[in-house]
Amino acid sequence: MSRSLEAAGIVACALIAGVLAIAPIAAAPKKATAHKLNIGRAATPAEIAGWDIDIRPDGHGLPVGKGTVKDGEKLYMLRCAACHGEFGESAGRWPMISGGAGTLASHDPVKSVGSYWPYASTVMDYIRRTMPFGDAQSLTNDELYAVTAYVFYLNDVIKTEDFELNERNFGTIKLPNESNFFDDDREKTERAFWRRNPCMTNCAPGEAKVTGRARALDVTPETSKNPKVE
Amino acid sequence: MRDQDEAQEKRTSRRAFLRAGLATGGAVLGGGALAAPQAAGNPKNQPPHVADWSRTLGDGVAVRAYGKPSKHEANVIRRDVQWLTAARESSVSFTPIHELDGIITPNGVCFERHHAGIAEIAPADYRLIVHGLVDKPLVFTLDDLKRMPRVNRAYFCECAANSGMEWRGAQLNGAQYTHGMVHCVMYTGVPLRVLLQEAGLKPNAKWLLLEGGDAAAMTRSLPLQKALDDALVAYRMNGEMLYPENGYPARIVLPGWEANMWVKWLRRIEVGDQPWHQREETSKYTDLLENGKARRFTYVMDAKSVITGPSPQAPLNHKSGFTVLSGLAWSGRGKIARVDVSLDGGRNWRTARLDGPVWDKALTRFYYEFDWDGRELLLQSRAMDESGYVQPTKNALRKIRGVNSIYHNNGIQTWHVHKSGEVENVEVS
Repeated sequence: MSRSLEAAGIVACALIAGVLAIAPIAAAPKKATAHKLNIGRAATPAEIAGWDIDIRPDGHGLPVGKGTVKDGEKLYMLRCAACHGEFGESAGRWPMISGGAGTLASHDPVKSVGSYWPYASTVMDYIRRTMPFGDAQSLTNDELYAVTAYVFYLNDVIKTEDFELNERNFGTIKLPNESNFFDDDREKTERAFWRRNPCMTNCAPGEAKVTGRARALDVTPETSKNPKVE
Repeated sequence: MRDQDEAQEKRTSRRAFLRAGLATGGAVLGGGALAAPQAAGNPKNQPPHVADWSRTLGDGVAVRAYGKPSKHEANVIRRDVQWLTAARESSVSFTPIHELDGIITPNGVCFERHHAGIAEIAPADYRLIVHGLVDKPLVFTLDDLKRMPRVNRAYFCECAANSGMEWRGAQLNGAQYTHGMVHCVMYTGVPLRVLLQEAGLKPNAKWLLLEGGDAAAMTRSLPLQKALDDALVAYRMNGEMLYPENGYPARIVLPGWEANMWVKWLRRIEVGDQPWHQREETSKYTDLLENGKARRFTYVMDAKSVITGPSPQAPLNHKSGFTVLSGLAWSGRGKIARVDVSLDGGRNWRTARLDGPVWDKALTRFYYEFDWDGRELLLQSRAMDESGYVQPTKNALRKIRGVNSIYHNNGIQTWHVHKSGEVENVEVS
């Protein structure tokens, strides 16, 4: 904390004097007022529009477009199924995007769009910015709605193949696991980890016994199989 | 000279072959190193003889225009675990922490995590847009960033999934694999608040969206308070410009917070009034508990430590006698206050010696020197930070979080040192 205050001090001094100065002992306000550097130029609406691709749960950022589950299925088979599987079940080690309902409290939880993801907007946002893998940001807005609709269909979130997803009805799509997330509460629920005087001697009864060994699994990469440098 | 080197290399590779043979016989730990006396070397290079390098001229200046480590250190590299991920473009490599000392990680071996490979950005084409709930949306060039007031700060950067493979039990034999998704470099950069001041925040500004320029357009939502506190837009690491794999030419630095948020190849900052709930803060980087509910926005990295030597890839090469145990400790809540070490699997503890700078939210080096009597050891280290947090045992963490959370495993690591000096990753009662 003291370092960040010091940083604020340095910035404030630099803003006033135009040179770096020794940090003052007194804390400077974190949000300095006035004294802009006047560095940077205005961003044009076209520049922002070209890069502003995020979509929020409240609908902020939704592009204008439309696509049906049927349209999405064709596109998905061409551009997605090779990695994610025809039904979203995954091919090889690529992410599963469907299935897994009711597994979150089990020994083998499956975190798919339907079983885990809290918000529909996240799915379309992520497809828009990253997919298809290796050819990102190549889908038209209509294609984006179509393939997103198909992913929801694979997860039983959209029930019919004729359904057309668009910017007007997108807000009606809800994912089932939304209510099962909660904000970080470690500093309350794990309060026991703040301990004044941790035990130093005879902290557990008897001798320590080995209960598990990494070698039993034998999954550590062999040194010889790793990258080489020239 | 070359002949001598070649002869030595042949001997070394023969030794490696013998080791491999032993491994097939099941005598050697997978991935771990066999403890062995220091290589005998070539007697002709040793006293009373005079080696060739003491007689003949070597390379002149600037022959090695950009230096690299000795060829004898070619094993000090990032490594990956290929079964972890489907493709190297969306994967992780690990810092060889068992081969390093002090607190600063050399630029070339800082762990990597990419979501769509390394973006190779031409500095002349670099642009950073700041927009959203601001008075004036702005575009910055790299030159713009470089003429702003700058600061130098060393911080650890740890992936929230560091040690994530160990929730259900000991799995990987090597500190590089169990704890190597961490590095610590000295950043040079501009406090993020300086950029926000230039654009001017609207009164309802509460969150930022940070976005990278890679082919995953990596995004995370950031609470405004952190942006105004100690976040940096960094462009240098250890004095050099950022390496491409670490976000060249500019990345976000969020001291003490999980590395996934430290967006590399930073291209856009949008100011908003609520979080965006991006894929990396919903589907990933949320901590699934035993009851099926998931904790989100778990930004702070809890205090943690690991003994880097001896460790499975860095066995003891002497049978007994004076021994230096070395390790790293760090905390997202401030400075490391103390590190304790146990030789008997957590029954008894002694306080280790912190050496070198103890900086806020940076790696801290600890040592414990002792006379090894040659018996088996169960080594553990336990970090404490200035907030009073004490690194818990793995079992204490499992009790409170279950084993499904993947992220934020900061439990106490145990290394089993055998009489031979070999070391393996184990769990203890």
